[in-house]
Amino acid sequence: MSKWSGEASVVTSRALSDGIFELCLAAPEIAESAVPGQFVMVYPKEGGRILGRPISICEADAAGGVVRLVYRVTGAGTGTEEFSAWQPGETVRVLGPVGNGFPTDKGPVIAVGGGIGVPPLLGLVKAVPGSVAVLGYRNGKTFLQEDFERASRVLIATEDGSLGTKGTVIDAMKAAEELSGVICACGPKPMLAAVKAFAAERGLRCYVSLEERMACGVGVCLGCVCQTAEVDAHSGVKNARVCVDGPVFEASEVIL
Amino acid sequence: MSRPNTAVTIAGVTLKNPVMTASGTFGSGQEYAEFYDLSRLGAVVTKGVSDVPWPGNPAPRVTEVTGGMLNAIGLQNPGIDVFCRRDLPFLAGFDTKIVVNVCGHSEEEYLRVVERLAEEPADLLEINISCPNVKEGGIAFGTDPKAVEAITKAVKAKAKQPIIMKLSPNVTDITEMARAAEAGGADAVSLINTLTGMKIDVERQRFVLANRTGGLSGPAVHPIAVRMVWQTAQAVKIPIIGLGGIQTPADALEFLLAGATAVMVGTANFTDPYAAPKIAEGIEDYLVRHGVQDVKEIIGIVK
Repeated sequence: MSKWSGEASVVTSRALSDGIFELCLAAPEIAESAVPGQFVMVYPKEGGRILGRPISICEADAAGGVVRLVYRVTGAGTGTEEFSAWQPGETVRVLGPVGNGFPTDKGPVIAVGGGIGVPPLLGLVKAVPGSVAVLGYRNGKTFLQEDFERASRVLIATEDGSLGTKGTVIDAMKAAEELSGVICACGPKPMLAAVKAFAAERGLRCYVSLEERMACGVGVCLGCVCQTAEVDAHSGVKNARVCVDGPVFEASEVIL
Repeated sequence: MSRPNTAVTIAGVTLKNPVMTASGTFGSGQEYAEFYDLSRLGAVVTKGVSDVPWPGNPAPRVTEVTGGMLNAIGLQNPGIDVFCRRDLPFLAGFDTKIVVNVCGHSEEEYLRVVERLAEEPADLLEINISCPNVKEGGIAFGTDPKAVEAITKAVKAKAKQPIIMKLSPNVTDITEMARAAEAGGADAVSLINTLTGMKIDVERQRFVLANRTGGLSGPAVHPIAVRMVWQTAQAVKIPIIGLGGIQTPADALEFLLAGATAVMVGTANFTDPYAAPKIAEGIEDYLVRHGVQDVKEIIGIVK
């Protein structure tokens, strides 16, 4: 599973919700080999922005050679704001696919996503039949909800209670009956810690996808490390690289 | 016209072209070998290695700033044993020179690593006395001329390979440090390491990096580095390796014209994995375009 770096052309670029955008790129080399849970580095064009931005792959269409990215614009004057202005037909630089991805060979998954952690789970529930998606949003302004509903059973939690269970993804899972499967979670660190604890209580296997500030995206800079429970084979210390050793880790392997 | 000669020699070690990778931006080459043949490079410079594994600093360790980035990795590395067993044999498989970057908290720690490397396939050693992100060893040795001379002398006495002292720009006069390294017996100097910087998250009202400060690299530092290389070229006789913000062949050529014998490409590897070989090829194209037969003819000609 080797990485590819080069130019891709923008197929679609549009807003999905408040601050949430979709970017579809024609990048056959990436689409062919990508697995759910991997990400790509997308490079801004503005010269002062020298680093790629790690963006999770929402889903990859190997036959069509297109990768679909769904990302949040993180503020004014940021690289992601620049991406949101890109137009179909434009050529952009990318590198990928990066990382290990979620397990797809361990039976149905309970795919738990919070906020901008939701997108990479779409490819996962599509790849693993019989899965359940548990999606946490701030409010009723959801994104990708219909895509998930077409692919799997969906439970929704909103912080303000305007849709689904009021509260967190944990509340939504507690409200649901007989959930079984391998938990695969992506979202903010406090959510991942809560999901890890929930999985431990229920005796469910749990994988978490982590996020950290990153420079290279290929495993050399050691910028994006997370703390591990045991000494990591590559680093020789209790640190693993989120970019290439992850972003997905078995929850027991990492300190959250 | 025949292809120009791009080879340069540092302390008796001949590089096929003047482009090396900067320590800490290239691991030990495995990750970039997925993209291209490392034999296209003059040399690979490894991530700093110490006598025992170092865990480095807490995350966040990196952040982008306009025209550059800050890092505070803290020299995380698996230690010399793993390095010699796993990383050096990998690099030895390529037709390129190997420069091992050495770090330590004390003179004894530097010497243990240097002695351990005596029988290993390393062509040159680069001694890191300028890392701004570790309290002892890094910059403590690199900001006082007496300390620079003393550590250089001590390492030179034990090292089997020629040594390059890597200098810090976080000093009043870098030429003083270069002279001290030369006086201590250094075979070459490399400059500049990163400039100490800081970024504050104004919304959260706190430091972005867990270490608070970090080393600034990238195109923003390039003019500072060119100035320092030029000044150092007027001050010492030993070869200089120029680095700091090289993104294009022209950026690298500025260092050569200012007096550097070779260059190191660092942060640009993160911007484009093909940056280093592209810069090596761009230098050759420049020589052809200017009718220069040998890259050595342009070294230090801008005075």
